[in-house]
Amino acid sequence: MNARIRPVVMPKWGMTMTEGTVAGWLAPEGGTIAPGQEIVEIETTKITNVLEAAVGGVLRRIVVPTGARAPTGGLIAVVSDADVPDDEIDRYVEAHKSEVVEAGETARADAPRMIAVGDLEIRYGTLGEGPPVVLVHGFGGSLESWMFNQPALAERNAVYALDLPGHGESSKTVGAGDVPSFGDALLRFLDAASLDRVHLAGHSLGGASALALALDHPGRVRSLSLIGSAGLGFEIDMDYIRGFIAATRRKEMMPVLQRLFADESLVGRDMVESILRHKRLDGVEAALNAIAGAAFAGGRQALILRERLRDLRMPVQVIWGRADRIVPARHAEGLPSSVAVHVLDGAGHMVHMEKASAVNALLAALADRAP
Amino acid sequence: MPRKSYRQAINEALFQEMRRDPRVVVMGEDIAGGMGAAGEQDAWGGPFRTSKGLLAEFGRERVLDTPITESAFIGAAVGAAATGLRPVAELMFVDFMGVCFDQIFNQAAKFRYMFGGKATTPVVIRTSYGAGRSSASQHSQSLYPIFTHIPGLKVVIPSSAYDVKGLLIQAIRDDDPVVFFEHRAMYDDEDEVPDAPYTIPFGEANLVREGGDATIIAIGRMVTFAKKAADELAKSGIDCTIVDPRTLSPLDEDTIIEAVEETGRLIIVDESSPRCNLATDISALVTEKAFAALKAPTRMITPPHSPVPYAPELERAYIPSVERIVAAVRESVAYKR
Repeated sequence: MNARIRPVVMPKWGMTMTEGTVAGWLAPEGGTIAPGQEIVEIETTKITNVLEAAVGGVLRRIVVPTGARAPTGGLIAVVSDADVPDDEIDRYVEAHKSEVVEAGETARADAPRMIAVGDLEIRYGTLGEGPPVVLVHGFGGSLESWMFNQPALAERNAVYALDLPGHGESSKTVGAGDVPSFGDALLRFLDAASLDRVHLAGHSLGGASALALALDHPGRVRSLSLIGSAGLGFEIDMDYIRGFIAATRRKEMMPVLQRLFADESLVGRDMVESILRHKRLDGVEAALNAIAGAAFAGGRQALILRERLRDLRMPVQVIWGRADRIVPARHAEGLPSSVAVHVLDGAGHMVHMEKASAVNALLAALADRAP
Repeated sequence: MPRKSYRQAINEALFQEMRRDPRVVVMGEDIAGGMGAAGEQDAWGGPFRTSKGLLAEFGRERVLDTPITESAFIGAAVGAAATGLRPVAELMFVDFMGVCFDQIFNQAAKFRYMFGGKATTPVVIRTSYGAGRSSASQHSQSLYPIFTHIPGLKVVIPSSAYDVKGLLIQAIRDDDPVVFFEHRAMYDDEDEVPDAPYTIPFGEANLVREGGDATIIAIGRMVTFAKKAADELAKSGIDCTIVDPRTLSPLDEDTIIEAVEETGRLIIVDESSPRCNLATDISALVTEKAFAALKAPTRMITPPHSPVPYAPELERAYIPSVERIVAAVRESVAYKR
């Protein structure tokens, strides 16, 4: 491959994605783009997201126009150095436009597996090599909620994402179902996976659980990123929690999931279906009820750890979507000065999906600070 | 997630429900085989190999080979259900319904109503249907409309290995009689199927895919044909919504109406004979509730009103084809008043 000509291919976000639609180009043909710049919006049956340029250069040719589809790994545009002649670009596009970069290898490496953690079977997936990062989803979520983050972080880290007990395809036994019990489950997962010290990032209930682990076992945590996290204030949207537990049908689940996003149109049919597939498993309803009863007793968060943040010696950051309707962004206010706070506009509770590139940059930067 | 066949998914559902609930028993012709004889037991695991292994784990008390007398064993299953068991009876070919229909439509379907809500009849009648195996006209029919016609019966018709497991577990846990249709040509179809038990609620259609140009409603095996047709149509820029009702009774009318209102064009694919089938039923529903949304006449893709032929060439011509679905969608999209 001519290194002066670089392909932009349809990304593969998550195991089930086989093709995507170009929803809109954010950079013009002929324009100069920088690595990390958002260049194109891609729509999948699950969600719409922006693709960042992996390389810089001139966006020489848009191969797949707005509104058209391409398979994952298929060529959608060409980036090159400015001095590459047009006919060379033409020949490159002609040679590569119908070819698909084999995504199968990645998919296999990415295929989640089960690990015994005490009496529990825990599902987790890993991607990449380097200092380990562990991603912990929130209430009702699964490792799939990191679909836009795990691949990006895997460029420099070994990135682990797991299903907490009661979630995804992990065992449905949740014990006490409170935040400390999930912190304990995380610790036992680290032990079972032979992970000594990790960069830990947790979302929502997973954030509070990560924080509990960091407070009790600071030696296991290199850095801590809390995303739309529980454990920093009393408020929690109980309509969401109750609605999520009660929803068994697509039409009930759709409006519940829309509360998670600033832009409700992002929630697609496949996202609803993949969450319902996890919710239909035996034992999930009882597990979620146990968690809601323990962690959110009386409609309030039961355990507030914000006063203890100052005890942490590892780098800590808090990331929030300003339009979060589940856990309000004001919980990011008034934290100790040792904690870096990033409140992102235009994002709701699922800020790591809605503003994936910004969150990925913050997570990568913190991991770099504490190698 | 592991890939499993439709057959394996059924077998797994039976194992898991029999382990969970000791009241669940299975019965039918040759479902284990060898009963009362000294030779090999459970050699085939039933005529479609869906009950393989049940005998070894659960024994003859819960895995019952019956005489070739549907009137007797379907009646026995209905009675056992009314008195506290949760039987899963296998009616090998739905074409045999003729000799046990009183037990189903006049007894099982009526108990709850006739006894003032004081009786339940948690029986599942698993049965095979459909053409495509050159089994001739007495072993190839798609008779689900007849059961859908009867109040008091629930009618389930899964189109994938994922759905068949979740819907069978739901059927076994349901307190009403359920007639469960498995297409004879689908037992080897594979899909991702979780190992753990799960349920899919009745009356919840599956929105298989979404597209703005036309709505295809397909029943049972026809869903797999509709998917191929939609892939073909997408190549020429025609995007289809596909709705799989999954259960014919109850029927998810809301999802059907909404899908038609989104696209204004309706194509229904139904393998059963064309008179008084699901295609006519759904077409009537849409005409009554979404008439103003229709931009073109509803198209019904069904077999001709004829017995299913034995000759493979004729049988192929009889079964609705992907090509016919593609052509009907194209005509619908091109239609001008």
